[in-house]
Amino acid sequence: MNLFSYLLDAANWPGPDGIATRIGEHLGFTVISVLVATMLGVVIGAIAGRYRAGRVVVVGVLNATRAIPTLGLLVLVVTLLGTGLVPVLLALVILALPPILTGTATGVAQADPNAVQAAKGLGMTGLQVSLGVELPLALPLIISGIRSATLQVVATATVAALAAAGGLGRLVVDGQRAGATGYPEMFAGAVLVAVMAVLFDVILGLLVRVARRRAERHAETSLAAPDSLDPRELIPTPADPSTP
Amino acid sequence: MDWVIRNLPMIGGLTLQHLVLSLVPVALALVISLVLGYLLHLTGRAANPILAVTSVVYAIPSIALFVALPVVLGTKILDPVNIIVALTLYSVVLLNRNVVDGLRSVPEDVVDAATALGYGRIRRLLTVELPLAMPVILGGLRVVTVTNIAMVTVGAVIGTGALGQLFGIGFNTGYVVPILTGIVAVMLLALLADALILLVQRSFEPGREGLDTHDASALLLDQRTSQRRVETSSGGRR
Repeated sequence: MNLFSYLLDAANWPGPDGIATRIGEHLGFTVISVLVATMLGVVIGAIAGRYRAGRVVVVGVLNATRAIPTLGLLVLVVTLLGTGLVPVLLALVILALPPILTGTATGVAQADPNAVQAAKGLGMTGLQVSLGVELPLALPLIISGIRSATLQVVATATVAALAAAGGLGRLVVDGQRAGATGYPEMFAGAVLVAVMAVLFDVILGLLVRVARRRAERHAETSLAAPDSLDPRELIPTPADPSTP
Repeated sequence: MDWVIRNLPMIGGLTLQHLVLSLVPVALALVISLVLGYLLHLTGRAANPILAVTSVVYAIPSIALFVALPVVLGTKILDPVNIIVALTLYSVVLLNRNVVDGLRSVPEDVVDAATALGYGRIRRLLTVELPLAMPVILGGLRVVTVTNIAMVTVGAVIGTGALGQLFGIGFNTGYVVPILTGIVAVMLLALLADALILLVQRSFEPGREGLDTHDASALLLDQRTSQRRVETSSGGRR
């Protein structure tokens, strides 16, 4: 039995049940649930990160979610709400939320207090400080949270096949049901999920590095600014009497 | 609740199976990464790229490993060995970093002091470096243990998975109680294991019993590294 027979057979790729469709579904689940979780996580994290109590709660939540069996959560949501796309996406969003929330809250809490004070001193409103100062400084940790969330979702979306929602897990489940001859199909699903996860990991890892470097450069230039600024420029020059 | 009481023997059996599947990998990984981590630590800065590359393994979803490992190992798909090997692999990748970070957090002057007192390499490692690195290593062990206990359940997709099988039972019958029982049991196991390791971790912290205070280098450490230790342990938890 050739392990790669299912994966390399061109007949298995096109069509509504083909591998290409399964990849598209899997990507779709991942992108939609991570996007929704990012919107929720950044907003809640930006608020929670400002308060000590908020940060304590957020960190506690993250530690507790590590102990939650992801499969159990997904099965629970599906059993309560029925099979199909919406319950599966809901479960994936719940799983993706904690790392993004924690990343944002930690990043906001660690934002340079001088920069935040300066922004307030300039008369910026709370929202402006958040959007213009705290969140940009928190960006590396936010993306890092998105990375963890994405890996979690790519892995758990495999299980979504049990809830009749498609995705690459379909190959694993169908192959499993087909018995011994189904192994190449299971193997194809496993390989494709692993490749997708590693690709996401590498790409988002690069983004984290770019964001970190930008944040560092940002910090350097803003620190350098006071030196390059000529204090005399701050004193309003009296009107030149020679000009009419 | 009736369901739980009626099925208590089965739940007990699955719990026992769950503990074996999740904790055997933790024990294996601890031994392997203590050795590997020490060797990596000896290579100095070269350890960084190696740790970065191996961390990719952690990105591979567990279900993919559970399915693909039988090919590599020549085992049957339902063989529990697959789960043990997969979880050991993840645990080693995670723990290696903590062992290296922990050994790096030992101040050089403490190591030099031990050498000056005539400690051989092995004795120095066992009585000075490892005890001092322990808080960081145990921090990693907590993450690994909790993650493993949760991850074993994924095996249920392919028909194993100890307490994860309760999810399958609930899913097939449309009955929520077995699912909730599974989730609660897994989380309780995880929290219990975490609390136990936390207790051990506490005993290694300076200023508490459990530290070999007649050791000259241990005394040296007490004042100088508590600060540095705090930094590294919080860094390791990211």
